[in-house]
Amino acid sequence: MTSTQRPPAEDRAEAQSAQAAALHTGTSNLRTLVTRNVRQSGIYVAFVVIVALFAILTDGVLLSPGNITNIVLQYSYILVLAIGMVIVIIAGHIDLSVGSVVALTGAVSAVIVIQQGYAWWIGIVVALLVGVAVGAWQGFWVAYVGIPAFIVTLAGMLLFRGLTLQVLDNISLSPFPAEYQRVANGFLNGLLGGQGYDAFTLFIGAFAVAGYAISGFRTRVARIRYRQPVESFPLFVARVLAVGAVVMAFAWQLAHARGLPIVLIILGLLVITYAVVTRQTVFGRQVYAIGGNLSAALLSGVRVRTVNFWIFVNMGFLSAVAGVIYSSRSNGAQPAAGTMFELDAIAAAFIGGAAVTGGVGTVVGAMVGGLIMAVMSNGMQLMGVDQSVQSVVKGLVLMLAVAFDIWNKRRGGAVR
Amino acid sequence: MDTILEMRGITKTFPGVTALENVSLAVRRGEIHAICGENGAGKSTLMQVLSGVHSAGSYDGEIVFDGQPVQFHGIRDSEAVGVVIIHQELALVPYLSVAENIFLGNERRGRGGLIDWNRTNAEATELLASVGLDENPVTPVAQLGVGKQQLVEIAKALSKEVRLLILDEPTAALNDTDSAHLLDLLRRLRDQGITCILISHKLNEVTAIADAITVLRDGRTVETLRTDDGVGDGDGVGDGDGDSGTMQERIIRGMVGRDLESFYPDRESDPGDEVLRIEDWTVWHPTQDRKVVDGVSLTVRAGEVVGIAGLMGAGRTELAMSVFGRSYGRDISGRLFVRGREVRPRSVAEAIDNGIAYATEDRKRYGLNLIEDVRRNISAAALRKLASRGWVDGNEEIRVAEESRNHLGIRTTSVMTAVGKLSGGNQQKVVLAKWLFADPDVLILDEPTRGIDVGAKYEIYTIINRLVAAGKAVLVISSELPELLGVCDRVYTLAAGRITGEVPIAEATQENLMALMTRDREGVA
Repeated sequence: MTSTQRPPAEDRAEAQSAQAAALHTGTSNLRTLVTRNVRQSGIYVAFVVIVALFAILTDGVLLSPGNITNIVLQYSYILVLAIGMVIVIIAGHIDLSVGSVVALTGAVSAVIVIQQGYAWWIGIVVALLVGVAVGAWQGFWVAYVGIPAFIVTLAGMLLFRGLTLQVLDNISLSPFPAEYQRVANGFLNGLLGGQGYDAFTLFIGAFAVAGYAISGFRTRVARIRYRQPVESFPLFVARVLAVGAVVMAFAWQLAHARGLPIVLIILGLLVITYAVVTRQTVFGRQVYAIGGNLSAALLSGVRVRTVNFWIFVNMGFLSAVAGVIYSSRSNGAQPAAGTMFELDAIAAAFIGGAAVTGGVGTVVGAMVGGLIMAVMSNGMQLMGVDQSVQSVVKGLVLMLAVAFDIWNKRRGGAVR
Repeated sequence: MDTILEMRGITKTFPGVTALENVSLAVRRGEIHAICGENGAGKSTLMQVLSGVHSAGSYDGEIVFDGQPVQFHGIRDSEAVGVVIIHQELALVPYLSVAENIFLGNERRGRGGLIDWNRTNAEATELLASVGLDENPVTPVAQLGVGKQQLVEIAKALSKEVRLLILDEPTAALNDTDSAHLLDLLRRLRDQGITCILISHKLNEVTAIADAITVLRDGRTVETLRTDDGVGDGDGVGDGDGDSGTMQERIIRGMVGRDLESFYPDRESDPGDEVLRIEDWTVWHPTQDRKVVDGVSLTVRAGEVVGIAGLMGAGRTELAMSVFGRSYGRDISGRLFVRGREVRPRSVAEAIDNGIAYATEDRKRYGLNLIEDVRRNISAAALRKLASRGWVDGNEEIRVAEESRNHLGIRTTSVMTAVGKLSGGNQQKVVLAKWLFADPDVLILDEPTRGIDVGAKYEIYTIINRLVAAGKAVLVISSELPELLGVCDRVYTLAAGRITGEVPIAEATQENLMALMTRDREGVA
């Protein structure tokens, strides 16, 4: 074997530089924090700007207690869909069928509760099961047969719309019993009393902020223990205070309207659950791996088919949740329910920073993306802008968001 | 004799690498001129310069074609004067007909700019006849075998009034009959006055057909040999069959005759028990009707580094990937043993569970998620080790990543940095870190030092040595013979999917390995 010792000086220099790199646990400043996450922070800045813009244009009506409650009730089901959609998109797929699935699950629920007279919760359970079955159907074709999701869900869009018409026999069903209506229109109010406002809502808001601060602090401590760079302490406090202020202001406004919407609790729990699932579970991480580089994921032993299957099952389940919420809110089931919902959900995911090529995106980002769409629609409605103009504006915003994503990727040319 | 092409002093550099350095090539009119060299010797780059893929101005030196200095700025320019290149990866559109493919980009138009289909098909039939292919021109190309597709490519070149035809590894994917047929056709074309440049790894083919052979090594011209001027004058070689054998030896010497430039760390070799045994392993091409790996048997012991030497298309990667959970090929047969126990992994996950790991030759496409950070790439193959009931311990993941970073010397500002921003050498260390964390019994490394600098190579070799010292078995696939000689205990040679030799390192030289690698089949030199 031919071998020669390498000069020891070179070794030493390398060891030192490696050591220096390992010991680098300094705190990063605001600038690096912002530039490192242009894609993510850009969306928050855009959100604040859009809210401020429409608050001014509507003379503050946008942020009034009644209107904020309204936005929550009106767009919750889109946000639920966007949670599932962003996961689908991160994995590099698309789902065009969610609007039809919303209609189908709502219709099934309406037939069981309104037509057959079963208890309200039986309708919900069956609707959720139907959603899971629909997801399994689409997941089977995408994951195991290998048909592109675009085609499978385009077929699903027609298929489930048709089934909706069959189930409903081409007529609308209404009304649901009061308990069912409470899912989307109910409020938790007066549980802790309060004069002219709901103390319970404020309590939940404070609880959420405390949870955010504590979990943020624990993460920070752990990262320091593992010698990872963290933001400077004042910056951390500033961030918690800013988020806390926004949440409390939001809770304050809700408390002065009708209290805490039940649907907001459902949405909040889903967002927290899925944010954790995508970030911290093997399943979630494999979704990113598949979308980031399918071949590399395959050759790293990721069971790509299984993961893809469950992604669609999950999407079916969340479509059913949205279907229940929507039927509850509209107090019935219509053959044309949920039309175009898929486009709003897809738009939310992309505006929220998901990459067209897959592998990138967050649940929280998709929520902000959805809220940007919601605030724009709501703001323009308040201003009395014509429906046609609203559509044009929303289309342009979606275009710009994806253009920004592509520009961002090209700028960071070293990657890909 | 008159010269049709002369390339003088061609130097082509890519950022950080000199691919060609002062290369000269003179091709006489109406000859078959072969170009030989190891993988990475600069053959393809030279042909890309010639065909205008690397446009004039991006390299130094001059090209004289048919007495005229030429400046090509793209394939269209070179084709305009009759220089046509046929790449190893055939550039046919599978769902278009033979005739459509032949005239693609060069359509036969009739009145009003519309395509004249009668003329197209009639001319296609004539061209097909001239390459000896009896097929209906409206047949979709996908219905033809690779051998016939290769002929369609040549018919396509003829349709462009080709004067200098360049073929890059034309027989690599062909069986013996198709190869013989193709070589016959090249002789016929030569007789019709078409000059040919042939890039081939198969030296018996080259010596059988070529009038002149230029050997390239490390981006430089070694020499041009002519079959008609009594090669090896000093050796007093005569004519006849012995001649081609000596010719091949001379080509091989030219191809490998370089000093060992890189350094290899010392290692005590002390192989233990057998860890991996592959028996009679046969793999078919996923879409074509041929064996890519044919009856391969090999063993690797604990604490042993075993090399697989083979030229492009020998089936090295295909062998490794088919072993790694059947991630390549179809109708895989043969038996696989890990630590004496027979295993039948049907997926990559099962292969990993059975202690097999494979680090790909193309880390960017198949090895890494470039948009993801170092930490998550390292944990990707064994995420479950960091998880309990499906929940990943993010802090533990960071600890593992930091540990790998220190252990393997991955130079990055943070383990949170996207892998795509790292240098090639550091990316390769991330790939290794991923597989080390999976803790396999056997690690298959496919071109572990491709495209990385000398310093990083040394570090990779050191890591390999540490692995075998810890009792792992390592199988290294490499195109660089010095590398195999430097790190391995034993080397198998692979040619056309078959093992053509097994050489203990003490007996291995670049020359005898290359001779085994260029054998078409066992027993035939």
